[in-house]
Amino acid sequence: MDTNPATARDPALITIRGLRTVLNGKVIFDGVDLDIPRGRITAIMGPSGTGKTTLIRHVTGQLAPDAGTIMVDGQDVWKINRQALFALREKIGYLFQNSALLTDFSVFENVAFPLRQHLKLPEEIVRNIVLTKLQAVGLRGAAQLMPSELSGGMMRRVALARAIVRDPMLIIYDEPFVGLDPIALNQILILIRTLNQTLGITSILIAHELAAVQQVADSIYLLAAGKIAAHGAPAELARGASPWTKQFFAGEADGPVPFQYPAPDYAAQLGLGGAKP
Amino acid sequence: MSLAQRGFAPFAAGLAQVGACGLFLVQILRAVPRSLRHFRETVRQVFFVGAMSLVIIMTCGLFVGMVLGLQLYHTLSIFGGTAALGTVVALSLYRELGPVVTALLFAGRAGTSITAEIGLMRATDQLDAMEMMAVDPLAYVVAPRFLAGIVAMPLLACTFNALGILGAHLVGVSWLGLDNGTFWSNMTSNVDVWDDVMNGVWKSTAFGAVITLIATFQGYTTPPTSEGVAYATTRTVVFSSIATLALDFVMTAFLM
Repeated sequence: MDTNPATARDPALITIRGLRTVLNGKVIFDGVDLDIPRGRITAIMGPSGTGKTTLIRHVTGQLAPDAGTIMVDGQDVWKINRQALFALREKIGYLFQNSALLTDFSVFENVAFPLRQHLKLPEEIVRNIVLTKLQAVGLRGAAQLMPSELSGGMMRRVALARAIVRDPMLIIYDEPFVGLDPIALNQILILIRTLNQTLGITSILIAHELAAVQQVADSIYLLAAGKIAAHGAPAELARGASPWTKQFFAGEADGPVPFQYPAPDYAAQLGLGGAKP
Repeated sequence: MSLAQRGFAPFAAGLAQVGACGLFLVQILRAVPRSLRHFRETVRQVFFVGAMSLVIIMTCGLFVGMVLGLQLYHTLSIFGGTAALGTVVALSLYRELGPVVTALLFAGRAGTSITAEIGLMRATDQLDAMEMMAVDPLAYVVAPRFLAGIVAMPLLACTFNALGILGAHLVGVSWLGLDNGTFWSNMTSNVDVWDDVMNGVWKSTAFGAVITLIATFQGYTTPPTSEGVAYATTRTVVFSSIATLALDFVMTAFLM
C-alpha cells in the first residue's frame, strides 16, 4: 500500500498526451504520451539531442509544442494565462543544465533571490532558510563568494540550493551530476532522495549517469527517435530485452541509435576511393 | 525568389525589426508598474547608466564648449559681435549640441553596456532562470534600465551643457579676454528657460528613451552566442546614433 500522502490523492502530477514538436524542420517528438507520478523520482534518459531538455521546456511553459496537451497539477500549461503560469512556476524548482546563477549576486543572494522576490520574510528567517539550504549542498561556507569564484560543480550545487529554497511541489533537475566529484555526487544523490522521501516532492531527473540514476529514480522514461522507447523501473529497464534499452544501458555504438551523426561515406570523404561526396 | 523580392527582403527584415521593437516597447510599458516593486534596482541602474557616465560626459562637454568658444569667438569677431559669444554658445548647447552629443556618448557608454549585460544574461540562461523563478525579466531587468535611461539622459545633458558653457567661458573670457559681465549678462537675457533649456531637456528625455529601448531590445533578443552579443552591441550604437539624429530633426521641426 502507498503510504506517501502525495501519491495517495492524485496519481499523476504531469500528464502529457500526443506531444508533437518540430524544431528547425527536425521532428523532436512524434506523439509522445507520458505521466510523471506525484511524489516519485522520474528519470528522463536518452541519447544526446533526443529532446529531454525540450520536453522540460514544454512542461514549464517556456517552449510551445506544435501539438498535444501538457497538464501540470491539473492545469493545461499552454492554455493558462501568464499570471497563472507564474503562479504555477512558483511551485516548481528548476536546476538548469548550466546552473544559470545570477552573476551580479553572491551565492547567498542567489539562493535568497526567490524568497526575496515572492515572500516578505524577516531578514533573519531568510538568512536561516538560505544557510540551511546551503548546508544541505555543502556550501554554507561559500555563502559570500561570487559565482565567478566557484567551480562548475559548486555552481551546480548553489543552483540546486536555489531550486529547493522554497520547498517546491516539483523539482526538475537538468543534468545535476555533471562536474561533481564522487563525494559531492553521493551527497547530492542522498539530498534528492531525502527531499523526495521527507517532503514528498515530485522530481524529474534528466541525466546520463546510469549508475546514479539507478540509485535514486523510481522509474525511467527512455526517449529515442521522437518517441518513448522504453519505460519502467530502473532494474527492469536494465534487464530490458528491447534493442533500445540494450544499446543504451550497454553503451554500444551499434544499435537503433546511431553513434555517428549522418554523414557522407567516410572513405569517399577521405579520398580513399568510392563516390566523391 | 525573384530579383525584386530579393531586393525587398532586407527592407522587409528591417521593417519587421522596427515592428518587433515597437511591440517590445509596449511590453516594457506594461511591465513598468510591476517594475516599481524593484525600485532599488531602478535606482541602481540610474547610478550605473548615469553616474558612471559622468566622467566621459563632463570631459567631452568641457572640450566641446572650449572648441565652440574658440570657433565662435573667431567667427563673431569678423562681425564685431564677440559680445554675443555666451548667448550663441548657450543656445547651441541647450537646443542642439547638448542633447545630441550627450545622446551619442550615452549610446556608446551606457547603451552598449546595457546590451552586453542583457545579452550575456540571455546567453547564460539567467533570464530563463528568472522566468522559471516566476520573476518577470521585463519588470526586473528591462524596465528599470529603460526608466534609468529616461531619468539619467536629461541630467547628463544638463551636466554636458554646464561643462560646455564653462569651457566656452574659459576660452572666451579667461584666455581671449572677453568681458566676464558681457558673457553672462548677454547669455541670461537671451536664453529662455522654457523655450531653450527645456527644449533640450525634452529632447534628451526622448533620446534617453529611444537609446535604452534599442539597447534593451538588442540585448533581450540577441542570439545566445558570443558573436550574437558582439553584433547586438554594435547594432545598438549604429541604430541609436541614427535614431537620435533622425528624432532630433523631427523634434526640432516641432519644437522650433
